[in-house]
Amino acid sequence: MVQLSFDAHLCKTCPTGDCLVKCQYLDVDREKAGEEMVKISEGKDSFVLQDCVTCYACEEYCKRGNHPFYLITERRQEKGILVAPRAITRQWVNIGEPQGKYKVGKIRDKVLSLGFMPEYLESVKGELFEDLMPSYVFGQEFFCNVVYIHFADTAIIKQRLPRVIDHFKSLGVREVVFMHDECYGAFASLAPAYGMEVPFKAVHYFEYLYQRLRDLRDKIRPLRLKAAYQRPCSARLCPDKHHFVRDIMNLIGVELVERQYQDENALCCSGILSLCFGYDIAHDVKARNLADMVKHGAQYCVFNCPACQNTLGAEVAKMGIRPIHMIDLCRMAIGEKSPNGVRPT
Amino acid sequence: MKNILQALADAVGRDYVSDQPEEMYFYARDPGLMPPHQPDYVVVPGTVEEIQTVVRLASREKIPIVPMGAGMALTGLIIPLKGGIVLDMKRMNRILEVHEKARYALVEGGTSQGFLKSYLEEHHPRLRHSIPDSPATATIAANVMIHGQGRLTQQYGFNSDMVSGLEVVLASGEICRIGSCAVSPDWFSKGAPFPDLSGLFLGWFGATGIITKIAVKLYPRKKMRDVEIFLTDDEELVPSMIYELTHTEMVEDINIFVQPRPMIFRGNHHIALFFTGDTDEELEFKRKLIWHALDPYIKSKDGGFMGIPPVMKPTLLDMPQKSVSRFADVKKGGGFEYSGPIILVEKYPQCARKIVELAARYDLGYSGMARIIGRGHSMMYGFAFTFNRADSEMMARTRSALCEISLFVLELGGVFWKPTVEEQKMALEKMDPNTRALMKMIKANLDPLGIMNPGNWEVA
Repeated sequence: MVQLSFDAHLCKTCPTGDCLVKCQYLDVDREKAGEEMVKISEGKDSFVLQDCVTCYACEEYCKRGNHPFYLITERRQEKGILVAPRAITRQWVNIGEPQGKYKVGKIRDKVLSLGFMPEYLESVKGELFEDLMPSYVFGQEFFCNVVYIHFADTAIIKQRLPRVIDHFKSLGVREVVFMHDECYGAFASLAPAYGMEVPFKAVHYFEYLYQRLRDLRDKIRPLRLKAAYQRPCSARLCPDKHHFVRDIMNLIGVELVERQYQDENALCCSGILSLCFGYDIAHDVKARNLADMVKHGAQYCVFNCPACQNTLGAEVAKMGIRPIHMIDLCRMAIGEKSPNGVRPT
Repeated sequence: MKNILQALADAVGRDYVSDQPEEMYFYARDPGLMPPHQPDYVVVPGTVEEIQTVVRLASREKIPIVPMGAGMALTGLIIPLKGGIVLDMKRMNRILEVHEKARYALVEGGTSQGFLKSYLEEHHPRLRHSIPDSPATATIAANVMIHGQGRLTQQYGFNSDMVSGLEVVLASGEICRIGSCAVSPDWFSKGAPFPDLSGLFLGWFGATGIITKIAVKLYPRKKMRDVEIFLTDDEELVPSMIYELTHTEMVEDINIFVQPRPMIFRGNHHIALFFTGDTDEELEFKRKLIWHALDPYIKSKDGGFMGIPPVMKPTLLDMPQKSVSRFADVKKGGGFEYSGPIILVEKYPQCARKIVELAARYDLGYSGMARIIGRGHSMMYGFAFTFNRADSEMMARTRSALCEISLFVLELGGVFWKPTVEEQKMALEKMDPNTRALMKMIKANLDPLGIMNPGNWEVA
């Protein structure tokens, strides 16, 4: 089970300070990194509490078992340090409020959780999801709420998550395939770390897609195209699943371009940056990210998170790169969609 | 009265006149809350000459005459309070001229907003007019007659400020041209450099004359249009935010809304900012300046720009906004009315608090909405309530809430926009006595028999 405990001694003896040294939004050397994390763990003030942009990446950078981002988040909440403007936080908290408008398909042991991302209602059609659909859930009642760590509000996660678990429990499901890293991370690691019992097995949809594509191997026509992958912040909460990106690409004949901002070095889509910090940082990050895709010859930009796609999709297209969600890319590989997104005749 | 009906039929043709009860029923009311009153006749003229004939007949017989566009004002301005003739202008919908280089359009008095918009899109794609958010059937003449606002109001003021000439039929039946068109074939100015006589008609709701032709200024229609929405939970900060935004001169249109439903909107003030450009560079340049103008509020965490999902943008960019019509049916039953005073932007906090207070006290669905006028010289603040027409008790509560708003607004230094007859009386009572006397003099001279939309702007 994941423990979200934090051991300051590990930071004091850390040879790299990777959590902050590797941070793409703060300029910190190894010595300073250790000092700041110790200060934070001791409840003291640190500029990191003000300047952290909530990319979650330090969770992955730290290889010593500490959880720097969760620590930063808890301290921010304790100290009342706002990450986002109050109105933005309120809007997001409102969005996730259960309203009794959820949808439930024909529930079986294994269910697909679409969170409350309406984009997925259209995506999860065809052979890829044949052995799951129409066993699905959709709506705020099934929303993990983990996004609120962006707003340093773990209290609302702790308040809502048990109710979400209860909703799943009432359906009697044994296995849930989650369509978002945060949701997967919530039930695979965060809820247990918070001491909540999760009465089902959480499966990341990349893992599901990979297995499904292997089952459909005969139908795959290698796409032979070059793509950049826009890794979302939430992928840092389940880094052990990141290898499936490459595994899937290899299976469907897509070459991931070896660009600067990928894998551990990925840049934020800039959505959360503009919400919380304004134009300049968001614009700068976006511009560097897009230039990197162009420079390395990407024909497609593959998205995992719908929010990233909403933020970057149109910008990517203006650069002559086709934005596509991972599911649509996979559907393209088995002939369910043509490169322009239309089902082939 | 049969001879009147026949005389009207002789003027406009039998198909375009009626005294039948089913038609009188409809022409007795508007979609708002004002009590209905039936006309005696409805006439749908097709030419200026026909209007002249009808007005002369009304004058001779001392029959009230009420000109009507699409009847969308909601405040009862086209309800024939003293019966008589409703003059429905919808057949007079021709676009007579679009002067591309001088950027104006000359249209007949019954031309709808939607018709001009689509005509310009097809024939003059580089031009646009200031379209209001009323349904597309609302007419251009009626809109300026009530000093309406539109999508270019932030930059250029009331839609009536964008008039560049009028032709009116007076109560005597004579035709009168107002503006450059009185001395020139060109309709480029409603007054300057001569005395501006348009004020004898604009804002009078047809109580001094009937607009039969109107020229409106047109403006560049850029190739691209985009929207950003800034959120804040602190109404006290809204006026200074608006000041910073209008100072950039980058924003074409600013609307503010606050409403409890759907959940995404609860508890925040939403400042919707519309801007345009001919190139990506121009659009991005404007976006950057707009964002930078509000940087201090983002840094202090007092406000921030929301991420607008791509699926939401077409709805936001729609002109006119269909969300207004959807709001009208929130309570089911299709009832919707608002009081929309024109008031200083600095009064926004008081207005925003008042609507929440009244909605709670009267148990009503609400939406507060403001439109900035002329770079912050003033705003229209709409106190909008939705009700079920089949629920008379709910309608009564809505009336009471709107009544309270009228008093509140006057006390706050605001003036009524498209006032109901009762609000007109309240305004006249508060008005400087000399101004009131001047209005009386104008009305008495232009409508000596008191037949033009009687009940409206009547100075005792």
